Amino acid sequence: MKKAKQGNWLVALSMLLSSSWAHADWTVNMREGVTAISRDVYSLHMIIFWVCVVIGVLVFGVMILSMLMHRKSLGVKPADFHHSTKLEIIWTIIPVVILVVMAIPSTATLTAMYDASDADIDIEVRGLQWKWQYTYLNDDPEKEVKFISSLLTPSEEIYNDARKRENYLLDVDNEVVIPINKKIRFLITSQDVIHAWWVPDFAVKKDAIPGFVHESWAIVEEPGIYRGQCAELCGKQHGFMPIVVRAVEQAEYEEWLVGKQEEAKAVFETVGKEWTQEELMVKGEEVYTRVCSVCHQANGQGLPPAFPSLVGTGLAVGSMQEHIDIVLHGKAGTAMQSFSSQLNAAEIAAVVIYERNAWGNDMGDMIQPREINAMMNGGQ
Amino acid sequence: MSELETASKTSSESAGFNPRRSVGRLLTVVVGMFAFGFALVPLYDVICDVTGLNGKTGDQYTEAISQSADPDRVVTIQFLTNNNADMPWEFRPEVRSIKVHPGELNQTTFYVQNPANRTIMAQAVPSVTPFIAAGYLHKTECFCFEQQELAASESMDMPLRFIIDSEIPEDIETLTLSYTLFDITDRTSGQLAVVDN
Amino acid sequence: MSSVIEDHHHDDHHHGPAKGIMRWVFTTNHKDIGTLYLWFSFMMFLLGGTFALVIRAELFQPGLQIVEPEFFNQMTTMHGLIMVFGAVMPAFVGLANWLVPMMIGAPDMALPRMNNYSFWILPFAFTMLASTLLMEGGGPNFGWTFYAPLSTTYAPPSVTFFIFAVHLMGISSIMGSINVIVTILNLRAPGMTLMQMPLFVWTWLITAYLLIAVMPVLAGVVTMMLMDIHFGTAFFSAAGGGDPVLFQHVFWFFGHPEVYIMILPAFGVVSAIIPTFTRKKLFGYASMVYATASIAFLSFIVWAHHMFTVGMPLAGELYFMYATMLIAVPTGVKVFNWVATMWQGAMTFETPMLFAIAFVILFTIGGLSGLMLAIAPADFQYHDTYFVVAHFHYVLVPGSIFSIMAAVYYWLPKWTGNMYDETLGKTHFWLSFVGVNVTFFPQHFIGLAGMPRRIPDYALQFADFNMVSSMGAFLFGFSQLFFMFIVIKCIRGGKPATAQVWEGAHGLEWTVPSPAPYHTFTTPDGIDLKEAHG
Repeated sequence: MKKAKQGNWLVALSMLLSSSWAHADWTVNMREGVTAISRDVYSLHMIIFWVCVVIGVLVFGVMILSMLMHRKSLGVKPADFHHSTKLEIIWTIIPVVILVVMAIPSTATLTAMYDASDADIDIEVRGLQWKWQYTYLNDDPEKEVKFISSLLTPSEEIYNDARKRENYLLDVDNEVVIPINKKIRFLITSQDVIHAWWVPDFAVKKDAIPGFVHESWAIVEEPGIYRGQCAELCGKQHGFMPIVVRAVEQAEYEEWLVGKQEEAKAVFETVGKEWTQEELMVKGEEVYTRVCSVCHQANGQGLPPAFPSLVGTGLAVGSMQEHIDIVLHGKAGTAMQSFSSQLNAAEIAAVVIYERNAWGNDMGDMIQPREINAMMNGGQ
Repeated sequence: MSELETASKTSSESAGFNPRRSVGRLLTVVVGMFAFGFALVPLYDVICDVTGLNGKTGDQYTEAISQSADPDRVVTIQFLTNNNADMPWEFRPEVRSIKVHPGELNQTTFYVQNPANRTIMAQAVPSVTPFIAAGYLHKTECFCFEQQELAASESMDMPLRFIIDSEIPEDIETLTLSYTLFDITDRTSGQLAVVDN
Repeated sequence: MSSVIEDHHHDDHHHGPAKGIMRWVFTTNHKDIGTLYLWFSFMMFLLGGTFALVIRAELFQPGLQIVEPEFFNQMTTMHGLIMVFGAVMPAFVGLANWLVPMMIGAPDMALPRMNNYSFWILPFAFTMLASTLLMEGGGPNFGWTFYAPLSTTYAPPSVTFFIFAVHLMGISSIMGSINVIVTILNLRAPGMTLMQMPLFVWTWLITAYLLIAVMPVLAGVVTMMLMDIHFGTAFFSAAGGGDPVLFQHVFWFFGHPEVYIMILPAFGVVSAIIPTFTRKKLFGYASMVYATASIAFLSFIVWAHHMFTVGMPLAGELYFMYATMLIAVPTGVKVFNWVATMWQGAMTFETPMLFAIAFVILFTIGGLSGLMLAIAPADFQYHDTYFVVAHFHYVLVPGSIFSIMAAVYYWLPKWTGNMYDETLGKTHFWLSFVGVNVTFFPQHFIGLAGMPRRIPDYALQFADFNMVSSMGAFLFGFSQLFFMFIVIKCIRGGKPATAQVWEGAHGLEWTVPSPAPYHTFTTPDGIDLKEAHG
């Protein structure tokens, strides 16, 4: 018995210490990044860092010297000086000079950061609990690309039931794709609480404030995938709303953009077709896992009282109309938000049907995406 | 006690203080600072007006339009529409952007439609980037000046008329005007209830 | 004028403390109240520390192991609130209660009855705050900075109790500060000028003014929240013409001076301890006073440096950057003065001195990272990352908290009449010193590498340093139980302390016997002003 316990302990300990996740290189310093601004910021950081190191070495050096030489155990007698106007003036003026010298490049960088004019591409970035919505603005509404980007890491990895892969918590389903060497302006806003859009490699961090739009910009010089995270506490899933930007050559960007535009058209068409219940259930499970399970949990039990259970109670086994209504429009004053702008009609139909027929909620009812579409477009 | 009084007196003489009076003074400071906290609210609005903080635009522009259009300059004005959480309306600008000459009066519209099966009151909140441009955007008519109401399934076109000030700095070539729609049905019904009482 | 004091002294002037629990409930004695404050603060320190250990345990490894994100957010929020308002601030008020009257030769605080009230509000306030954790929907989960609309529209129902708790803490702090100011301005020993006061008294005088200036603003901001939540106003909601950014401006108008409220008395403590153990006068007494006053003044005009990424016009951003950088000057003067005090002294390294030296070094590291944060463009990369967490923990833990521990070791023999166990004290110091640095130094690295703060789970590249940091946190946390043991052991007995206790100690508190009698300086006779400040 005792031995078994010890064995368990050892297993636990070894599990604790052995990496149960993919190895990732760690760094100790700020990234230099891939924009002119981020490099300026990095060099400012390094300058001020070395200034601090020098000050630190001088001050601590004198202290340590003093601690070594001026100890009572060495039989020294304490001196009795207790002020020196000259010294005090010197160590007031020297810091002022250092600060003035630091302020000059800082001012220049900051001024450059604020100049978002002449952008080639405007992307609206909208924070919502707890994902990002991106809209590539275009004068032709048909060509506008809009999508939601949310965390890809499955909850099994988060809850340690599966091995954590590379880019754990830093992967999204839809990346933001931008061309290199083009000035991209980000128009950052939020629809609920304050978030902050941060990509360290661009030195772009801007708060997303509900009701107001702030701008920031970047000219990325190297193709690559750049990852960031929300940087302002925005509620329960604050740690789980990453940002991924893929910078590519112009041609590849255009190809991607056209692909996205066609995808949107295809969604428009799928909404029109006739769906079977099985198809909706399959699609519904996928949508539920991606969107709803964060709060209502994979088993539909929720986390009452904040996130009610959907199993055998409430709207999921009640009126379908009200059920659809709450998914479309949310419930004021709760975490249940409106999904009409995040999900298309097919996805909403699918998730509603899934919730009404999964986990033993055998309602057996049915609705077609085009009916939802009609409700969304004012038919109802 | 007498010693104590002497002790206190001597030092109070040097400082010219009296506990009751100084407590009174300090309480005045406390009350004053509490009020100051609230005074920061209007003060902040003034600062916003002056600096364009958060891109807040001014109230209705009522001055006579005396500026003549500057045909040599073109400023692109971009319209963004957003819904705050729980706001189900469809909300989009008639056009994404227009090019205007500073000084001229322009008009555009925004389309809204209420897909929900209840009447909803909405308030649009404007915000301009870059902030500095906010002071040069004069709106003579805007749906954001008033609350908007749509019954279930209703739709409408909401007008916006504005002038870009011809004084707008040369380096501003594009400005973005964003509107966020908030559902204020609960808020207004609450206020009405108060009025009824 | 002294009727307030007279009332009280008529009653119990000539006898000692009352017996039993009622002594503590009704006491108006500054020493008793100081003791109450210090024990209360220590309990809150353990509670807030427990919350910190929950946070560090969850962050020991990537993945969610121990708590859910919802609860994690409550832990970060409560840890911050309890440490700031429950541990650090009451500890300094406790020290002020014990020491200010003894340092200026006053018989007691000027307003003893109010002194009792201002302490006894606190247990109610914090019981209310802590009980929110058990309420439906959980406790406050919006960070100790409680930014709207997360703390208004999106807050759990318990936010109302949080608001009342903050109001109570505010009232307590305001009453405490009024008492300190009135005491210092009215009850100094005859002939003692302001520039003869020990630096601890000076820093507390300035702190008290800061408190009465900004605690009402905090009360104002939570009142606005309350109105937004329950009475349909829209101070912080764009929907009704308000602005969530306004919240941050008002909050930081309180919040930045608050930061100095938590460090200025620490400067005072260190300025008392270093001269004692170097057996040399404090270098640049006058410039220390002026530096403290300028820091206090500057603290009112730099608040928006907490908001560089929020979005301000360029001119605003530049102004707040310059003003913030300026704070480095008076702060530098203080550090240089302490170093100059040590220079050519005859130092010994008893526990209080060890804590004080660690304070100077580690606070300076925190100050230097603060200088880095002041550079607005760089702050775009630092803001809301663990770099900021490392920065403010360096100024608060080995800053404020080390100074409080230094103060306890330094004055404990005066309070109890017994010497604490020096070996145990030094052991406690080294455990804390190592613990603090192992906990917080790696956080600089994970912050620069890009880990946001207030997240319950993190990407894999942050794993190694987080594990190190968590181990340090447990070492530091459990060392504090050892601290409690040392203090209790000292209260129960030990080598009797002399009146002066430390060879190099100067100041009026060292002229009375150890333990300090229940009533000291009831008459101004025999107060030797030469002893007033070292």
